[in-house]
Amino acid sequence: MRRKFSIKKITFLLFLVSFVSVAQHNEKTDAANAPKEEKDLKVTIKEYINHHLLDSYDFGLFSYTNDHNEKVHIGSPLPVILWDNGLKVFLSSKFHYGETLAEVDGNYYKLYHNKIYKTDAQGTINYDAEHHPTNAKPLDFSITKNVVMIFVVFLIMFIMFKRMASAYQKNNGMPKGMGRLLEPIVLYIRDDIAKPNIGEKNYKRYMSYLLTIFFFVWIVNLFGLTPIGVNITNNIAVTFCLALFTYVITTVTAKKDYWKHIFWMPGVPVPMKIILAPIEFLGTIIKPFSLMIRLYANITAGHIVLMSIIGMMFVFNNWLGSSLSFFLAFVLGILELLVAALQAYIFTMLSALYFGSAVEEHDEHH
Amino acid sequence: MEGLNYVGAGLIVIGAGIGIGQIGGKAMEAIARQPEATGKIQTAMLIAAALIEGIGFAALFAA
Repeated sequence: MRRKFSIKKITFLLFLVSFVSVAQHNEKTDAANAPKEEKDLKVTIKEYINHHLLDSYDFGLFSYTNDHNEKVHIGSPLPVILWDNGLKVFLSSKFHYGETLAEVDGNYYKLYHNKIYKTDAQGTINYDAEHHPTNAKPLDFSITKNVVMIFVVFLIMFIMFKRMASAYQKNNGMPKGMGRLLEPIVLYIRDDIAKPNIGEKNYKRYMSYLLTIFFFVWIVNLFGLTPIGVNITNNIAVTFCLALFTYVITTVTAKKDYWKHIFWMPGVPVPMKIILAPIEFLGTIIKPFSLMIRLYANITAGHIVLMSIIGMMFVFNNWLGSSLSFFLAFVLGILELLVAALQAYIFTMLSALYFGSAVEEHDEHH
Repeated sequence: MEGLNYVGAGLIVIGAGIGIGQIGGKAMEAIARQPEATGKIQTAMLIAAALIEGIGFAALFAA
């Protein structure tokens, strides 16, 4: 029963993420890219970093320029699903990695800076004053690289937990195999994250969500460190969805005491109550918002620093500088492993804290 | 002035550094006083550090 709940949550998460996977707008690095055209290497490094950090419409493993001076991409294109007065599905190979226009049913779509715009036959993009495109954008439900990776992570988690559950069933309580690996972690989440924060009475309801969030964030962060180049938590839309889940669950399962503490804090004089009410209400929104920002910023900053240092390795073209940069990148990579697990833990713990404050019952008022 | 962005970023890092440094120092003192509570103190220290880093990063992205 508990397992089914987490599967439902996972699929819901997938659906939501695929819905908003275009909402990310990495604007800061776009602005920094424009003026520096002097050194070719630095521009290439910046483009490489940007390309590595953004989502892409094809599962490209890597690309290189072969002897005939054309770019060869290794990888498979992914389907693009658009809603533009009707459902249009086509493979992203029609875009040819941003070089050509895709023509579907008389509408032309252009892939520009990793977003799909609707253009005319020449592919004109109209810019406004700040050099942002003002073309219309169709609603984008595509299966991008991030969505494929989320499906893969879902499969991994599903297989992991199914084997763990069957390990318990077969051996009548004494786990073998996957159960032994995961049992200390699950028990840690139950005894040190859920029970102290939520309390003995109610923690069982939230355990499936906490487990899902913890393992999902951890595995996704770990995947971001591999050379496949998939960054799921790098996308603020994904962390927005995760924080939205926490917010929705706290709001929906909150008890009367929670709302009373927000809007009509007991034990303080009436003018203070009226001042406190909007502040407390903002607090309920800012807390999940900080969850989103914390996860996104930690992972993204880590990746940017790591890749900048790897890029520095190419800027120093001598032995000493490059090897030092390599070791620095290596050490930072190990730190990133810690950050991956730590951010998962922090997310889960703060979610448990918010759930606890939603369902706690006060016997006496302070 | 264009460069004020970077001055702001530096100030943010100073603030985060001081905050986490204080936490680390007090945690070390607490562990020295009571070595058997090391696990709990470490956990609490990491939590507080992550929260402060969260604010630091959020502000860093705005700068």
